[in-house]
Amino acid sequence: MLDKEGIAKRIAKEIKDGYYVNLGIGIPTLVANYIPEGIDVVLQSENGLLGMGPFPFEGEEDPDMINAGKQTITTLPGSAIFDSAMSFGMIRAKKVNLTILGAMEVSENGDIANWKIPGKMVKGMGGAMDLVASAENIIVAMQHVNKAGESKLLPNCSLPLTGVNCVKKIVTELAVLDVLPDGGFKLLERAPGVSVEEIKKATSGKLVIEGEIPEMVF
Amino acid sequence: MNKVVNGADEAIRDIGDGMTLMLGGFGLCGLPEKCIAALVKKGVKELTCISNNAGVDDFGIGLMLKQRQVKKMISSYVGENAEFERQLLSGELEVELIPQGTLATRCMAAGYGMPAIFTPAGIGTEVAEGKEVRNFNGKDYLMEMAFNADFAIVKAWKGDTMGNLVYRSTARNFNPVMAMAGKVTIAEVEELVEPGELDPDHIHTPGIYVHRIFQGENYEKRIEQRTVRKK
Repeated sequence: MLDKEGIAKRIAKEIKDGYYVNLGIGIPTLVANYIPEGIDVVLQSENGLLGMGPFPFEGEEDPDMINAGKQTITTLPGSAIFDSAMSFGMIRAKKVNLTILGAMEVSENGDIANWKIPGKMVKGMGGAMDLVASAENIIVAMQHVNKAGESKLLPNCSLPLTGVNCVKKIVTELAVLDVLPDGGFKLLERAPGVSVEEIKKATSGKLVIEGEIPEMVF
Repeated sequence: MNKVVNGADEAIRDIGDGMTLMLGGFGLCGLPEKCIAALVKKGVKELTCISNNAGVDDFGIGLMLKQRQVKKMISSYVGENAEFERQLLSGELEVELIPQGTLATRCMAAGYGMPAIFTPAGIGTEVAEGKEVRNFNGKDYLMEMAFNADFAIVKAWKGDTMGNLVYRSTARNFNPVMAMAGKVTIAEVEELVEPGELDPDHIHTPGIYVHRIFQGENYEKRIEQRTVRKK
């Protein structure tokens, strides 16, 4: 079974040289720490920055320089700053190659819910609805089951949707799965030490298993 | 063409109860904090505020919420404010949550003189309820209307007396699109300069969009999430 860092590390393998990548808040943010050596990527922060650099050194924080998670950050050589309309313009126009975000639920046809629990949590969708509506390559990073032990990979989402038919790949602490175009979660890889049986038990949506399922390699 | 006013109080002098305001900023970054302080002091009520976030409990729009000056918030993300969440869940505050890109582009449309935009954001979700859907090239898009705001209040780094503005770093965010979108646009700046001191090639917001400008003093520029690494 993977911890959060492990999920981030596995997702980082999906990033290809030359990609522009938008990382959501939570586990996706950690992916930045595991981008393989020699791979040149540019991180987009939807508040208006391409080329997000590391956190500043202590004492060098600049309140005018933050990422979409409102954390103080730095720029890199080649960074560019723009306004919010252009930021979502480049997202809508599919210039961003990969979007990685968290989710509360994903359905077997690729619907995603991650912004609202009616009556309980109302934080808002931020940029998530824009991202999932336009991105062609969306990877969800999340736990396979919720705190109550219920599967988050479902036949249908029960929470208000963020977007429909959009998730392409899911990486959890147990597995890597593709969302098939005709519906269903196709099991691609098992986390180290996790059996196919355990993944079956934790998945309530349609799970497609073909042949031997290899263990993840890092 | 001199648009300089004496300070925040004079800049907001004719903002009254029930008006619709746009406020620039992302989180607490690039927030027009001097005008917000003046609005809190003035005590105008029943406001509709269009702003990406709702501040935190003791800074930004949170200060106006605490005084119950806001009737309705139009935002994309309001997660950092306990008082906001309380007013929302108790029904005291009306809230319209909309996708962040939709928010920015509805501002842009107003500034570009376009009545509406089409975006795929929100298709198939509750955001789409009651809205016109159009299909272009096989994909569904929602029609979203340009905003109509009485005042836009923005924060820039530098500005000249003619209202030309330059922003700094990610404090730019929603400020340029909101500056273009108000019937009256108020800009507060850290440094007010004479015409000619800003390079025309480097202007982010041309002064034609700005009606009033003043230099604020002693910006607090609060940091929401201070994240650092060791030297």
